[in-house]
Amino acid sequence: MLSGRYATEGFFDEMFMADGQVRPHYRRLMERFSNLSAEEFLQKKQAVDASFLRLGITFTVYGDEEGTERIFPFDLIPRIIPDKEWRLIDEGLTQRIIALNMFLHDIYHDQRIIKEGVIPAPYILSAKHFRREFMGFNVPRDIYIHICGTDLIRDDSGRYLVLEDNGRCPSGVSYVLENRVAMKRAFPNFFEAAGVRPVDSYSSDLLQTLRHIAPGGKEDPTVVLLTPGVYNSAYFEHCFLARQMGIEIVEGRDLVVRDAKVYMRTTRGLEPVDVIYRRLDDDFLDPSVFRRDSVLGVPGLINAYRAGQVSLANSIGTGVADDKVIYYFVPKMIKFYLGQDPIIPNVDTYLASEEKDLKYILDHLPELVVKAANESGGYGMLIGPKASRSEIADFRKKIVAEPRNFIAQPTISLSRHPTLVDGVKAEGRHIDLRPFILHGDKVRIMPGGLTRVALRKGSLVVNSSQGGGSKDTWVLYGDE
Amino acid sequence: MLSRVADSLFWLSRYIERAENTARIVDVNLQMLLDFQRMDDEKIKDHWQSLIKSVDEEELFDALYKKPTSESVTEFLTFQSENPDSIVSSLSRARENARMVRDQISTEMWEELNRMYLFVRSKQARKQWKSDPYGFYKLIRDGSHLFQGLTDSVYPHDEGWEFIQLGRHIERADKTSRILDVKYHILLPSVRDVGGAVDVVQWSAILRSCSAQEAYHHVYVNSVEPWKVAEFLILSEDFPRSIRFCCQRVDASLRRISGTPEHEFSNEAEKCSGRLLSNLNYSSMDDIFASGLHEYLDGIQRDLNRIGSAIFKTYFFYPATDLENEIRTQQHQQQQTRDHTSPATS
Repeated sequence: MLSGRYATEGFFDEMFMADGQVRPHYRRLMERFSNLSAEEFLQKKQAVDASFLRLGITFTVYGDEEGTERIFPFDLIPRIIPDKEWRLIDEGLTQRIIALNMFLHDIYHDQRIIKEGVIPAPYILSAKHFRREFMGFNVPRDIYIHICGTDLIRDDSGRYLVLEDNGRCPSGVSYVLENRVAMKRAFPNFFEAAGVRPVDSYSSDLLQTLRHIAPGGKEDPTVVLLTPGVYNSAYFEHCFLARQMGIEIVEGRDLVVRDAKVYMRTTRGLEPVDVIYRRLDDDFLDPSVFRRDSVLGVPGLINAYRAGQVSLANSIGTGVADDKVIYYFVPKMIKFYLGQDPIIPNVDTYLASEEKDLKYILDHLPELVVKAANESGGYGMLIGPKASRSEIADFRKKIVAEPRNFIAQPTISLSRHPTLVDGVKAEGRHIDLRPFILHGDKVRIMPGGLTRVALRKGSLVVNSSQGGGSKDTWVLYGDE
Repeated sequence: MLSRVADSLFWLSRYIERAENTARIVDVNLQMLLDFQRMDDEKIKDHWQSLIKSVDEEELFDALYKKPTSESVTEFLTFQSENPDSIVSSLSRARENARMVRDQISTEMWEELNRMYLFVRSKQARKQWKSDPYGFYKLIRDGSHLFQGLTDSVYPHDEGWEFIQLGRHIERADKTSRILDVKYHILLPSVRDVGGAVDVVQWSAILRSCSAQEAYHHVYVNSVEPWKVAEFLILSEDFPRSIRFCCQRVDASLRRISGTPEHEFSNEAEKCSGRLLSNLNYSSMDDIFASGLHEYLDGIQRDLNRIGSAIFKTYFFYPATDLENEIRTQQHQQQQTRDHTSPATS
């Protein structure tokens, strides 16, 4: 199915070179797949889909009544990364997470980066998720982002670029682990021969990361995962991770704060909690401090956190690093804190609040991608080349009205990957990659990540809410 | 364990047991129709009417269907999502509860329950139900057995397991009492038939709906007699669907959860269950006959309800937090901490 008519159409293709030759690290896969008939492939695909549904590996679609659970479309052709590329990614992401954590510590303490003129103060102070009430607060072991999902893309020359950092509650890691299980079931004999690095240690690494930040270095802390509940779109993942780590999954109503200590309500009364892996945004954590209408959180939680009686992962106030205007400054942070050049560069970015950039943006809207500084999930975005005139005019008004809230980037033609279409033939589809980075006693990056694929022909949007699917991501021990 | 988790395990187990029992009851009643002589519309109507009565849903049924027929009643008890006790509703609720404790139960248990749920909601299920109802209801029973078997063999026999056992045995005792009770109603008026062929058919059906026919014959060699059937299903010490057996299990689970020795109690649930169990241990059929079977079964159902709500109060229930009040208290405390730590300036 991968032979014959597959066309790279001038894009950077992960599997095929421009002349149609298979890249070395895909050769073994090619051999294996060319022995399979389209029918066998379709059967495997159906078996995998059925098992996802049976296992309930689904996400919830908001605003949909019956049958709100859908499976996240999974493509059977894996994305493969050779060792030499992975080493670059690993080093680049390690460098980045260290710089980001130094940055967060700095802006909540001395603000050297502002004082020394690297980042203008107004950008930090106006960041939507900057929590000035936590100025001077010391988080356990000075780590702010413990779990990070950084999105990488490749441009038309195959160069890896950072698209965005997700330092609040990144999700998707359970799909990485379940996709691998599904692939192993579909191609049982292939893995050993293919030299694929395993991903299964993620859960124990995560637990170790969480235990590392226990209050006062407590030996055997009680760690829990705080979920918004069964109706959250990532609930499956919350359960999956809690089960794998063997920790309790709790909802806000299961927790109570007494004398600045956090307890959970059990059949034997109240039991203390030390570390909370929270999958709830800052705003919802504590209705006595943040949003009063939040019924998901725990009144008094922040007080306990401030008193150092409970640790949170990720820490409060990390959202400032997710701001797309702050993203612009990450390469400067790396230089400032580490004295290094960034190993993985950013995508070129224009800030609408800088006069020169604004003029450029407004003159080139039909070529650019414009993004709202604090939106994610593919929302609040203009893709110039695909937008209508009225959409462009609409965005122009928004940008002029609120320049601080917008950035623009050149439209990158993301790399493509052969992807099964209509169950029988392979066509190129655009992809990205979200590796998962843990920062505890040391930085650990799972060899792999979530490869998301835009299933609609020509689409550049890979988000699951907008027609995206996923692939298993194979990081090889070697380069072939 | 978290109170919310214990609560979900209890109900998850109860709803699966409920689905299984509904499948049993419908199946046996369908089969009974085949054994009737002289079937006319009126008789069929009576037959199904009593079944609707046993689940206390006459009003709802009348609102949804024109008249009780084999098709409408079995549809009502199997697929009708408006009926909170239908098989589909029970399995949906079981799954909702399982979703809330997805991290606690094993993947196998979840997969089996999810498979059953997806099946009963599929078109294929309806097709099979129409063409082969016995096969269909057997699938439901098998699914429940598979789930319970998995629970026994892959779930740690710890506190959570005891809550699963509690849910299962309270539900089962309740359903066995209802199965007996409803037949008592339809049998008594037909004095003419007592001891006749139809009578034996009816009482055999009761045994079958509890999978008790073979076990019964081990004890009471060959004749199927109403009082012996009742005795077997109420008082048997070792038949797993008898009321007494289930109550023994309930009592034992309660004691294992709290660590209270036999003949003592540490909470309301244990008190109720200990009383009910002694009542069953020290009753004979003559006593039950004297108080009236229906009244006796009614009393058991009330006791089971009492145990259920006592379990809720003891283990699951935390008085609803008055969120506004809690917020104010916490804000007040934060204010104090701040005043306390900030140096006084003048």
